[in-house]
Amino acid sequence: MLRFDHVSLTYGTQKILNNISFEIQEGQFAVFIGPSGCGKTTTLKMINRLIQPDSGHIYLNDEDIASIDRYELRRHTGYVIQQIGLFPNMTVAQNICVVPKLLKWPKDKCDQIVHDLLDMVELPYDQYAHKYPGEMSGGQQQRIGILRALAASPPVVLMDEPFSALDPMTRRSLQLEVKNLQQKLNKTIVFVTHDMEEALDLADVIVFMNQGEIVQIAPPEEMLENPATDQIKEFLGKHQTGPDPSGLTVDQFMRTGIITVKENRGINECVSRMQHHNVDTLLVVDEQRRYQGTVSIADIRLTGHVVKSIGPLVRCTTPTVHVGDNAKACFEQLISSGFPYLVVLKEDETVAGIVTKTSMASAMAEQLWG
Amino acid sequence: MNELLLSILQATVRHTGYTLMCVAIGFVLGLLLGVGLSRLPTLSKVLIPLLSILNTVPGIVFIGVLVILIGMTPATVIIALSIYAMFPVLKNTVTGLNGVDQQYKEAARGCGMNHYQRLVQVELPLAMPTIIGGLRLSTVYTVSWAVLAAMIGQGGLGDFVYKGVSSNNNALILQGAIPAAILALVLGGLVDALQKRVVPKGLRKGGAGK
Repeated sequence: MLRFDHVSLTYGTQKILNNISFEIQEGQFAVFIGPSGCGKTTTLKMINRLIQPDSGHIYLNDEDIASIDRYELRRHTGYVIQQIGLFPNMTVAQNICVVPKLLKWPKDKCDQIVHDLLDMVELPYDQYAHKYPGEMSGGQQQRIGILRALAASPPVVLMDEPFSALDPMTRRSLQLEVKNLQQKLNKTIVFVTHDMEEALDLADVIVFMNQGEIVQIAPPEEMLENPATDQIKEFLGKHQTGPDPSGLTVDQFMRTGIITVKENRGINECVSRMQHHNVDTLLVVDEQRRYQGTVSIADIRLTGHVVKSIGPLVRCTTPTVHVGDNAKACFEQLISSGFPYLVVLKEDETVAGIVTKTSMASAMAEQLWG
Repeated sequence: MNELLLSILQATVRHTGYTLMCVAIGFVLGLLLGVGLSRLPTLSKVLIPLLSILNTVPGIVFIGVLVILIGMTPATVIIALSIYAMFPVLKNTVTGLNGVDQQYKEAARGCGMNHYQRLVQVELPLAMPTIIGGLRLSTVYTVSWAVLAAMIGQGGLGDFVYKGVSSNNNALILQGAIPAAILALVLGGLVDALQKRVVPKGLRKGGAGK
């Protein structure tokens, strides 16, 4: 659909674009992003010949755009700019019809376009068509700016940071609207932004540029997974997901430093240890510190007077899992078993820690919010 | 008494005629030159200061030079006053066109307008308040400069003024000065009315054109 073939541009001694080549498919939402001065806006403006390359070719549907009359080219290419640029001397309807009028479309067709487009963004015709841009909010103005770009049904729409001057709420709703319009009308959109969140939300494909070169072209998911450079990683910043959660193991979620007691110890020692650490259950281990079971204060109260050591009171009902077990499976076991915790054992059956709902929750929170 | 009124009326009509004709010629010249210069920034950098210097040459001197070249004819008056009327329009046209916000120029280019369409559909309408401001200045100035016509025997309200000055007759001076002042006010008011008609509606409510 749109293809750059070894395009370069130099101002004086400064290389603005250095031999860039890429292709955008029909119906794709392509977002160009990168640090300021990386050449993304220059690239965009070459598509409607506002800027001419020094060398290389740009093809639109396999036709070299250098061979198309530049006014004709621009009339068939939508263009939305950051400063909006609605003509203040024209009404909303006149602004929308600028390009159809340049193309000398009949008046009733132009009127129909205004009706249809205002309908599409749910701005009532009677209320808005005859307003002047100065009477509307920035968000409404940029809505009209987008309609002006769409009025002559161009196959390609160029958007140069269209939302960066708007407040976050308005920006959000316009982003959704543009994405909707693009899918409904099957437009090819070339969009420039410096906001990675916007890029990730809107793009079918993200083109990351730096110093006049393309660093990476990838769909958002792929860029998140495999950023090509540290700079891209930095741009992705907080949007980058952590390691794949399905690979997490239970030891990342457990509480360590658990109080244990040896099975041959006396009742009194056990009780005082419980009191000291303010718990109602201790994990029982043997001489080699291997896990044997648990002993609870309830059992000691019930039968503690007939036995001297805790050995006979040890229960082995609490489920155990091993370090390295899948965290998700362990979490499901914890929930379904009804026990307040799971005991996590090391390879040699000694105690590594326990997993409680609280330890799970706090570990997850850490994964989520860092 | 009637004779006096008649002569004042005759002089006023002649004075108005000079003014309107010269302002009209000056406006067209100023607008065309202004548009041309706004397209040629390098040339305008040289030419505008040069024109400003020319503008400071007193009208009397300029008319004197023209008299030597052309003689004492109405053409001398019209040429001289037209050139003076042109300056404010020219300057304001250049200022107005250069002052059109980049975003509108960029949007107009991006929409696929050619040079002429950009000028007529976007830049001139947006510069119109400034250009009309220039026209107003030139109208009011020309009313007062037209007094110079009498200096080379071409009539107008200047006749009374010159005769009054040379014979030390204040009443005669006022006979010329008062109608000239009224004429300046009336024509200024006409330009204001014109301003309301030609300045695009969207620019009048404020905010958008800034």
